[in-house]
Amino acid sequence: MPAVSKGDGMRGLAVFISDIRNCKSKEAEIKRINKELANIRSKFKGDKALDGYSKKKYVCKLLFIFLLGHDIDFGHMEAVNLLSSNKYTEKQIGYLFISVLVNSNSELIRLINNAIKNDLSSRNPTFMCLALHCIANVGSREMAEAFAGEIPRILVAGDTMDSVKQSAALCLLRLYKTSPDLVLMGEWTSRVVHLLNDQHMGVVTAAISLITCLSQKNPDEFKTCVSLAVSRLSRIVSSASTDLQDYTYYFVPAPWLSCKLLRLLQCYPPPEDGAVKGRLVECLETILNKAQEPPKSKKVQHSNAKNAILFEAISLIIHYDSEPNLLVRACNQLGQFLQHRETNLRYLALESMCTLASSEFSHEAVKTHIETVINALKTERDVSVRQRAADLLYAMCDRSNAKQIVAEMLSYLETADYSIREEMVLKVAILAEKYAVDYSWYVDTILNLIRIAGDYVSEEVWYRVIQIVINRDDVQGYAAKTVFEALQAPACHENMVKVGGYILGEFGNLIAGDPRSSPLVQFNLLHSKFHLCSVPTRALLLSAYIKFINLFPETKATIQEVLRSDSQIRNSDVELQQRAVEYLKLSSIASTDVLATVLEEMPPFPERESSILAKLKKKKGPGAVSELEEGRREGGELNGGGERGGDASVMATSNASTPSPSADLLGLRSAAPVGSAAPSAGSLLVDVFSEGGPATASASVNDDGFLRDLEQPTEVSDSLLVEGPGDSDSAPPSVASEDPAPPLPEADELLNKFVCKNNGVLFENQLLQIGIKSEYRQNLGRMYLFYGNKTSVQFSSFCTTVTCPGDLQAQLNVQTKPVEPLVEGGAQVQQVINIECLTDFVDAPLLNIKFRYGGALQNVTLKLPVTINKFFQPTDMASHDFFQRWKQLSQPQQEAQKIFKAGQGMDTEVLKAKLLGLGTALLENVDPNPENYVCAGVIQTKGQQVGCLLRLEPNAQAQMYRLTLRSSKDTVSKRLCDLLAEQF
Amino acid sequence: MIGGLFIYNHKGEVLISRVYRDDIGRNAVDAFRVNVIHARQQVRSPVNNIARTSFFHVKRSNIWLAAVTKQNVNAAMVFEFLYKMCDVMAAYFGKISEENIKNNFVLIYELLDEILDFGYPQNSETGALKTFITQQGIKSQHHTKEEQSQITSQVTGQIGWRREGIKYRRNELFLDVLESVNLLMSPQGQVLSAHVSGRVVMKSYLSGMPECKFGMNDKIVIDKQGKGGATDEAAKSGKQSIAIDDCTFHQCVRLSKFDSERSISFIPPDGDYELMRYRTTKDIILPFRVIPLVREVGRTKLEVKVVIKSNFKPSLLAQKIEVRIPTPLNTSGVQVICMKGKAKYKASENAIVWKIKRMAGMKESQISAEIELLPTNDKKKWARPPISMNFEVPFAPSGLKVRYLKVFEPKLNYSDHDVIKWVRYIGRSGIYETRC
Repeated sequence: MPAVSKGDGMRGLAVFISDIRNCKSKEAEIKRINKELANIRSKFKGDKALDGYSKKKYVCKLLFIFLLGHDIDFGHMEAVNLLSSNKYTEKQIGYLFISVLVNSNSELIRLINNAIKNDLSSRNPTFMCLALHCIANVGSREMAEAFAGEIPRILVAGDTMDSVKQSAALCLLRLYKTSPDLVLMGEWTSRVVHLLNDQHMGVVTAAISLITCLSQKNPDEFKTCVSLAVSRLSRIVSSASTDLQDYTYYFVPAPWLSCKLLRLLQCYPPPEDGAVKGRLVECLETILNKAQEPPKSKKVQHSNAKNAILFEAISLIIHYDSEPNLLVRACNQLGQFLQHRETNLRYLALESMCTLASSEFSHEAVKTHIETVINALKTERDVSVRQRAADLLYAMCDRSNAKQIVAEMLSYLETADYSIREEMVLKVAILAEKYAVDYSWYVDTILNLIRIAGDYVSEEVWYRVIQIVINRDDVQGYAAKTVFEALQAPACHENMVKVGGYILGEFGNLIAGDPRSSPLVQFNLLHSKFHLCSVPTRALLLSAYIKFINLFPETKATIQEVLRSDSQIRNSDVELQQRAVEYLKLSSIASTDVLATVLEEMPPFPERESSILAKLKKKKGPGAVSELEEGRREGGELNGGGERGGDASVMATSNASTPSPSADLLGLRSAAPVGSAAPSAGSLLVDVFSEGGPATASASVNDDGFLRDLEQPTEVSDSLLVEGPGDSDSAPPSVASEDPAPPLPEADELLNKFVCKNNGVLFENQLLQIGIKSEYRQNLGRMYLFYGNKTSVQFSSFCTTVTCPGDLQAQLNVQTKPVEPLVEGGAQVQQVINIECLTDFVDAPLLNIKFRYGGALQNVTLKLPVTINKFFQPTDMASHDFFQRWKQLSQPQQEAQKIFKAGQGMDTEVLKAKLLGLGTALLENVDPNPENYVCAGVIQTKGQQVGCLLRLEPNAQAQMYRLTLRSSKDTVSKRLCDLLAEQF
Repeated sequence: MIGGLFIYNHKGEVLISRVYRDDIGRNAVDAFRVNVIHARQQVRSPVNNIARTSFFHVKRSNIWLAAVTKQNVNAAMVFEFLYKMCDVMAAYFGKISEENIKNNFVLIYELLDEILDFGYPQNSETGALKTFITQQGIKSQHHTKEEQSQITSQVTGQIGWRREGIKYRRNELFLDVLESVNLLMSPQGQVLSAHVSGRVVMKSYLSGMPECKFGMNDKIVIDKQGKGGATDEAAKSGKQSIAIDDCTFHQCVRLSKFDSERSISFIPPDGDYELMRYRTTKDIILPFRVIPLVREVGRTKLEVKVVIKSNFKPSLLAQKIEVRIPTPLNTSGVQVICMKGKAKYKASENAIVWKIKRMAGMKESQISAEIELLPTNDKKKWARPPISMNFEVPFAPSGLKVRYLKVFEPKLNYSDHDVIKWVRYIGRSGIYETRC
């Protein structure tokens, strides 16, 4: 019978394949394929219709050629024809070709969908399965659109065969994964859950995959599956291995199904129903019990299947985290695996234990395995297993075993793989900090860490140790001593030098008493490392030296000598050169008192989340993105903070610093300046300059570096947009562009900010930043305005004018120098304004700025912060002098008084700083009540001098102030009173 | 320097493996097989660097020859050596095939020992090699001890390519000018690119140590002579002279003399050798012109008509003419009608091949074909590869003419007139294509 032999063999195909296999070269193969393709083309082209068998054969050949890596661009139609055949083999080849080769070709897809639809509606289970497989294999959107409604119906229909149900469930899963929006939930969902009760294990297995996936999206709709799953699980677990026949795999009953059931249960919280829960616990116990039984077979498949169920059960136990008994048992079971000879099992055990360690119930149990884990860390041959061991050690660490674990990790670090060293270093640093009872131990550990793995110690680690040492008084002396000892090693890591330089600079005095670590010895030790270090470290060391001058005046000559040497003062690096020059000058000009103030010990750092932790989070990666972002930002901030630690005092003193490439090292750009960390120190320092050393101050202030220091984020919100032509409703745009815009509503508020200070950011929006720096002598003032272009586009027709409205013209003489009409993107231009006070005044001059940004005219008007108090000359006077004058000015119009509520806290230091900033002299021990503040000053105008006396009486309980001002001129009293009332 | 030399068959099995330097390990053999011969993507580059080891290979039929080195060698030198190696093997046992290599296993190792020393190429002149490496077919001609001892001095001497004391009863000289002409032409008949690469191959059977001088119609030489001589002669010769773009010579040619006087003088090796190679790009005589005509009739049919015209003296006969007309990839049937020769559709090559045995000059012939196409759902358009052509003509398409070949042998008593000289010109097609 030729037909039968034909149907079985497809001899032509076999010959073709063997021909290709026998080809000696690629070229020969291509020739053979070309020949065959031509043959098939002529056959398909031929007028007489091909029978099903030949069609199948040629389609098969095309498929084979395609799989060899050649393009096939015909034959699709023939394959689609095969779909409508009634023979299984022909249909199968047709579906195979389509699932391999079909792309979203519109005309064919319709035909294919039609054929699939026919097969789905046929009662033949084999054909239905073929069609379902094809849908799942192609899984395109078109198919999903066509069949997403049909398949659920087949899945839940009562009369569908088991094998078809199985295929339908998996096909639906696939469609749901590719286009979840097309698979609509409906009444079939509840019936899908009941498939868990199906007689046929295959159907259950397939359905579970579907349910797990669906329930992750809609947990509520599938809630009922929990109890069903539990009962199914208990039936499987308790069955004897022979009960399930086909579904028993190496003596383990239905291992895949069990794993899937356990995984499904992990999508839900523990069942609330007591009976269900009891049954589940029983199941889990049985699984744990079974793990203890001797293996029924020596085959690896048996143990693999058993362990798969066990690990899945343990993850479920960990997920529930509510059964202490089970958790401990799981932990013990994993403990056994820790010493198993299978590497994979050891890895999995370590990994699961990591999660177990975080549970409160099993933490103690995990801890009992510490020796084994440490051993694993040392002896394991596979690096990934060692990594897990390190993770586990980190997870199981607490106060009781921290010392041991840290010591072990430190000793392992010496031989650890390079790939995990950095992470290990971070972990050690975190553990040491987290569980430090004794901070000297912490310092020891970190210094050891730097010694052992200096290259892998990131910046955050040493910033952190410095933050902690600064914040803890009790450890400072010890730290200084340890660092000093550590630095004595002939070769020590640069990070060690950084820590050493910083700590000795701050706390070197604590160990100076010992002749072995006398100041000079300390200095020489540090300086011996100087030449081996990179520029940032050298800069830090220079700061340490200037601190030494303050701490130990006897080293002054030596250090000055070092600073004066050409290698410092003429260093090619701007940063180093500048520091050397400034420190040298500072040390030779400033008096010891000034030095002591400038170089005061660093104030404690505010407590924040450890930056190291943030770094570890970042390294670990798979954490939540937002959390990660936060960590990074925090890290950056601390970064600045930490650096600033070394340089904050320096920064305040070296306000003449020019912007240099290494300026970032100074932490100038960091968000929180001196003000936030050390408000007292910051404001005091400014005063030191304005009083103590007028010569240095006035010389060094004329520099925009100062501005940079003060360019901190101001209260001016970004939403404060420049008032452009479009904004003004009242006037047409052209008019608006010509006339200066009215002053911003916030202008007064801005003005008030500058009553007590001379420098800062006057105004800021998205385009422009205006910084201000001013100085006043007698009745003369000079103001430097810095216009910064914040965009990358240049401003054209940039023009500023200062006007004195109304009476002010007669009271104030203001002269400006014109500015360049072009401001490049990112550039800053400076404008000098000279001010002469003719007589006392109330209003402030207006500053109008006009420029074109990308064609649009921008127009801003601000009030220049020139207030009457700027022309104050402080006067010192004794108590009785003060009250004598006070009484002289007792006429009612000479006095202005206000009682008002405190706007901010009533911090003494802040108040003092503000009163000093006002320009008057703050008189101590004048008022009988020490809570009160009294000030005296003379306002210098061209025509006359107006003496002013001020008394501020805070009432801490009521949070109220009473402010009294007396002056020889009534307008002055009133104006000053108004101004000051806004300040407190 | 070359560290080792391997020969593989098409399956990647090693036939010959000779390692010259210690830095090449055994694993280099496998590295080349895995990364080049069995590479998933066909490797096109003749130089491959695998794990800091460079492999230079050439392929002859199904045989791979690979030279291996860890050093930074002159790649051109290595390839020149590989080509020489192929020539030497071909001279010893004919075609390079797996069969021949297996049969001449010992000989190849002997040759490799001789022509490469510690990776440095040595004398690879076949004639010289044949004097001391002998096998089956090549019998030693020198039996006396005295003659054997001469080999050393000759091979290491100044004229390594010729031994002394050769005697022939009849002094004969064969000179072949072999050229291959390459062309790319647009459908409208515009020449897009054309060049001729030619070789002068000689076979000399001359006694003693003759001094030869070869002259051809090189433009520079003719112009120089023209200046000195009569003007009408210059005009006459100027027409016939050719401009040689670049040329290389056999080592026997005195380069200093060529540089100064542009004369080619040499003491020839005995037997076969290639005297020079050259390349010209100007005034090329194109022996054939192909005029294609392709018409698409609907989606399922294509009509092709190709006319070839021979463009040389009617007295000359071109031979072995073959025109290859590519067909689209979805061809399902072809009907061909040709007036001359035979034409056939070769499915395995996706082309119609039209063969004509002989064709005289100034003739033309035509083929027309109807190609049926199978409609495909592929939107790709057929790229229309060019029609290519093969032929052989008895003249030099570059226009090169041998003006003289003089032989001087002062020591022996025969003169230039006694030598019988044969000159032959053969022009073949290189890549001779016309777009359609």
